[in-house]
Amino acid sequence: MTATDARTVGEDLRQRVADFLAEHDHTTMERLDFLRARYDAGLAWVNFPAGHGGLGLPRAFQTQVDAQFAAAGAPDNNPRGNGIGLGMAAPTILAFGTEEQKEKFLRPLWTGEQIWCQLFSEPGAGSDLAAVSTRAVREGGDWVVNGQKVWTSGAHKAQMAILVARTNPEVAKHAGLSYFLCNMDAPGVDVRPLRQITGEAEFNEVFLTDVHVPDSQRLGDEGQGWKVATATLNNERVAIGGGGGGRESGMVGVLARTWREHPERRGAGQHDKLMRLWVDAEVARMTGQRLRQKLAVGEPGPEGSAMKLTFARIAQEASGMELELLGEEGLRFSDWTMKRPQHVDFTGRDAGYRYLRAKGNSIEGGTSEILRNVISERVLGLPSEPRVDTGIAWKDLPR
Amino acid sequence: MSLNLLYTDVEDDLRSSVRDLVAARSEPNTVLGIYDGDRSVVDPLWRAIAGDLGLAGLLIPEERGGAGASAREAAVVLEELGRSVAPVPFLTSSVVATTVLLAAAPGGAADELLAGLAAGERTAALVLPLSAGPGEESPAFSAEEGRISGSARSVAGAIEADVLLVPVATAGGTAVYAVAAADARIEPVVSLDMTRQLADVTLEGVAGQELLGAGEGGDAVRRGLEVGAALLTSEQYGVAQWCLTTTIAYLKDRRQFGRVVGGYQALKHRLADLYAAVESAGAAARYAAAATADEDPETVVATAVAQSFCSDVAVKAAEEAVQLHGGIGMTWEHPAHLYLKRAKADQIALGTPAAHRARLAELVDLPAPAPVG
Repeated sequence: MTATDARTVGEDLRQRVADFLAEHDHTTMERLDFLRARYDAGLAWVNFPAGHGGLGLPRAFQTQVDAQFAAAGAPDNNPRGNGIGLGMAAPTILAFGTEEQKEKFLRPLWTGEQIWCQLFSEPGAGSDLAAVSTRAVREGGDWVVNGQKVWTSGAHKAQMAILVARTNPEVAKHAGLSYFLCNMDAPGVDVRPLRQITGEAEFNEVFLTDVHVPDSQRLGDEGQGWKVATATLNNERVAIGGGGGGRESGMVGVLARTWREHPERRGAGQHDKLMRLWVDAEVARMTGQRLRQKLAVGEPGPEGSAMKLTFARIAQEASGMELELLGEEGLRFSDWTMKRPQHVDFTGRDAGYRYLRAKGNSIEGGTSEILRNVISERVLGLPSEPRVDTGIAWKDLPR
Repeated sequence: MSLNLLYTDVEDDLRSSVRDLVAARSEPNTVLGIYDGDRSVVDPLWRAIAGDLGLAGLLIPEERGGAGASAREAAVVLEELGRSVAPVPFLTSSVVATTVLLAAAPGGAADELLAGLAAGERTAALVLPLSAGPGEESPAFSAEEGRISGSARSVAGAIEADVLLVPVATAGGTAVYAVAAADARIEPVVSLDMTRQLADVTLEGVAGQELLGAGEGGDAVRRGLEVGAALLTSEQYGVAQWCLTTTIAYLKDRRQFGRVVGGYQALKHRLADLYAAVESAGAAARYAAAATADEDPETVVATAVAQSFCSDVAVKAAEEAVQLHGGIGMTWEHPAHLYLKRAKADQIALGTPAAHRARLAELVDLPAPAPVG
């Protein structure tokens, strides 16, 4: 698309949103009706195809649309409350779903009627996600699922889940997985809070006992689960690391504000470190911007892993430095009470929380160590780690 | 709409022509000869780039005889020149000196020189130490009745230049004079990076022509250094890219303990980190070039950010290239050291990363601590 085309498309889109707003008065309409209408008008996620909430436009135009709705004071779909749904489940359903699945799940996902969580990791399958042992066995038109999942953010408020389970233990581990869309209110789904180092429980353990998932909620072919899950994970890494906010929108912005508010605490060594972090964060913002321009038409590949690697390092260093900068004040913590946060905000609450929560950034969505493997093998083409599990049926693997 | 950080088709074509030309005329082995005093590669290569490809006039508007391109295209050229450590004065003449001259109003004395530069017939150099960054441009020359005297150490591009742009201190500010290189004492110095060899320049009562008066010369010089600093980061990105790709290729080939050494996780993880850094440097350099081309109000911040970041990434990439090549990386024969020397010199050139961070701190309201006592 040339710059002239982009301008024309941008103007058409602006008009389209203006027309929609003229026809739909958000001050009198029910919030949900308004959001559904916005979806049906193709103004939900403009990069999605027509008929599924979009207009088939480059992703870059979404910012303009969101800004125009926000400027009109229109209600949004509370994207922070459904990060997994919007950032991971939706693109995967779009890529691998049948027309019926897209029809059924994408609209309530976007409007926030259905919150999604991710049933991937298990106690025995973390970095080695393909080793999952949760079993799904076919029984008539259903799959019966048994197993235990862990690190499940938001499972306690989710209506739906993306689920990876083993459908064939007789073949090599990557080949025996399938991917499902699981109803969290199905009998046999037991969600228990998992308290974290922050004192809160945003995560859960999820026990699945004879949970029935209809075959119509299998995403992709039987045995194709690893491929589908990889698409989800690539989206996840972009969602976590890709940012998209403006300058000083992340942890370094919080640190910069603390620096400005506390002239008495400034030191020369700290100033150099602050400026290095500020530069790193600004460069990460530019890198994310460039990645999104590259992605304007395509889907995220393993390159997004580099963004997430950088994001985690900066968040951890900046939040650690902020505590140090606060000195005596940094010795206090706001609240260790066990809570269920409504949404997770890496840069929210207080400095102590931010420092502790940032520790998760290099673990969730692929540890930094696994991401370095992904980059070196799948981007740089270096040899894979020597494996002891190739060509062996999952059931025969040493445990 | 935000800045376009990708490459246009025209820019891709430009890259191919520069890459082909440099590959045909400037192998690392021929560049290496410079360290032993053989500079025969320089003139033909520079004539081909400046004249045959017509790249010396990229930043000069068409109505002043140039190609009327922008900082984006010049940055692509610099990426390729960095990737090949090409020993040509493109940065010093076609970017820094040219930007200084472009501040002169059309119709004046600078026009003839600009036309000569655009045609690739003339080569110019700004007489300041290569280490001077934006804001560090205090002139070391004075003029008395049109005769200029003074000296500057470690000037880049002076050896190749036929005309020197001399910042001269006057009562009203900095003026810029043109002086024939033949009238100056230009003493080449043994340089850390011989692919951009420096010289000490001395003028003893030499006749000069005033191109920019006291009211405008200081701003013009500063602008030259700003644009130079912004686009140097693209050269640094090119240097870093060569180091990364060459090292990856070597580690896929080199075997020890019966395995390709690139399969060892300790090395894979270092390369993954380096890849992330080099990709980021590419975005920062592209951002600085695009902002410069658009005269975006954020250009000064973007330049300081890119300088701070890319300078260190290029050095890191070159240091990793030497280390991860093992014994061969330490040899004169292997080109890695050409890149290490260029990267280290580039880090200091046009303001150190620390100087750019200090500048940035003021620009973005993150003041340094008040001095003690």
